[in-house]
Amino acid sequence: MAQDWPLWEVFVRSRGGLSHRHVGSVHAPDPEIALRHARDTYTRRMEGISLWVVPSAQIVASDPADDAAMFDPAADKVYRHPTFYSIPDDVTHI
Amino acid sequence: MASLPPIDLPPGATGAGAFDAQAAETDGGVLFDHLLRLGDDSLILGQRLGEWTGHAPSVEVDLSLANIALDLIGQATHFLNYAGEIEGKGRDGDALAFHRDVLDFRNCWLVEQPNGDFAQTMARQLLFSTWQKSLFEALKGSADRTISAVAEKAVKEVSYHQELAAEWVIRLGDGTDESRRRMQDGLDWMWRFVPELFDMDEATAFLAARGIGADVAALRADYDRRIDAVLAEATLDRPRDQRPILGGRRGHHSEHLGHLLCTMQFLPRTYPDATW
Repeated sequence: MAQDWPLWEVFVRSRGGLSHRHVGSVHAPDPEIALRHARDTYTRRMEGISLWVVPSAQIVASDPADDAAMFDPAADKVYRHPTFYSIPDDVTHI
Repeated sequence: MASLPPIDLPPGATGAGAFDAQAAETDGGVLFDHLLRLGDDSLILGQRLGEWTGHAPSVEVDLSLANIALDLIGQATHFLNYAGEIEGKGRDGDALAFHRDVLDFRNCWLVEQPNGDFAQTMARQLLFSTWQKSLFEALKGSADRTISAVAEKAVKEVSYHQELAAEWVIRLGDGTDESRRRMQDGLDWMWRFVPELFDMDEATAFLAARGIGADVAALRADYDRRIDAVLAEATLDRPRDQRPILGGRRGHHSEHLGHLLCTMQFLPRTYPDATW
């Protein structure tokens, strides 16, 4: 039975102000049950205050075969990091 | 339920049997008995749902059922610990859960019924959680502060149980031919145990009059509305009323409870010092 159910990706917001974060997936027959399965599987130890579920089939993923073209060119672009500014000592939370 | 005729007793018969529990004679005794009813309902259903662990239709459903079971056992712990305090004989919740025999249990018949298939389990859950939610909503206003505090916490848990059970009843009822047949069968099996939930016996009336317990009979109309709404969406027929089965509150139980207790009580009775 379960193998007939589509897969859903689960995202949890752990507390106000933070983004939803991917935590795993569940099987479920429809969106409402997917939310309940996500609740019962991933928030039973107070891990979250908000849940998203997304049909896994709707996720568009990059192809691992294209990794070199996709990601390697960023490797030597250190100037893209904002690390060349001196930050005054009394400025915190940066 | 009122459509069924009462059973006519022959002259001189009291309707009480040799195994009837004696009615409590003190106010503390009535409260103790009431707390056993509340605690045993949750305890026995929690144990029943625990039987699904490792056997549910999917690992997600396994977790859903285990979560509900743990909520219920948590409620039972509060009610039975408090029952032990009121009794004042040094028994705590564990002693009451694991060292009482079947005739001393005060749960309703509905919760001890076998799981059957998943549809039967969901029928039981819907019928019980819908009632328990109304009960705890009423008990939030109990004059007993421990009862009101437990009810206030538990009503949120039970709301979720009720919603989840309703979702499944709707999907199975309004599903395939087979799921619909099984859902209807499950409801038909469980339906005869519903009237007991609303039975106002003397102890219930006594505590309701003092603002400690709930007037359960008054919850019935709202219950019927809620159940009918779910059954309508599930395209299921409301089962025909049968002769109600009563007696759980006085220690009369179906054969199923003894078997359940064997499993539940085996370990602490065989190894009294076991810890884990």
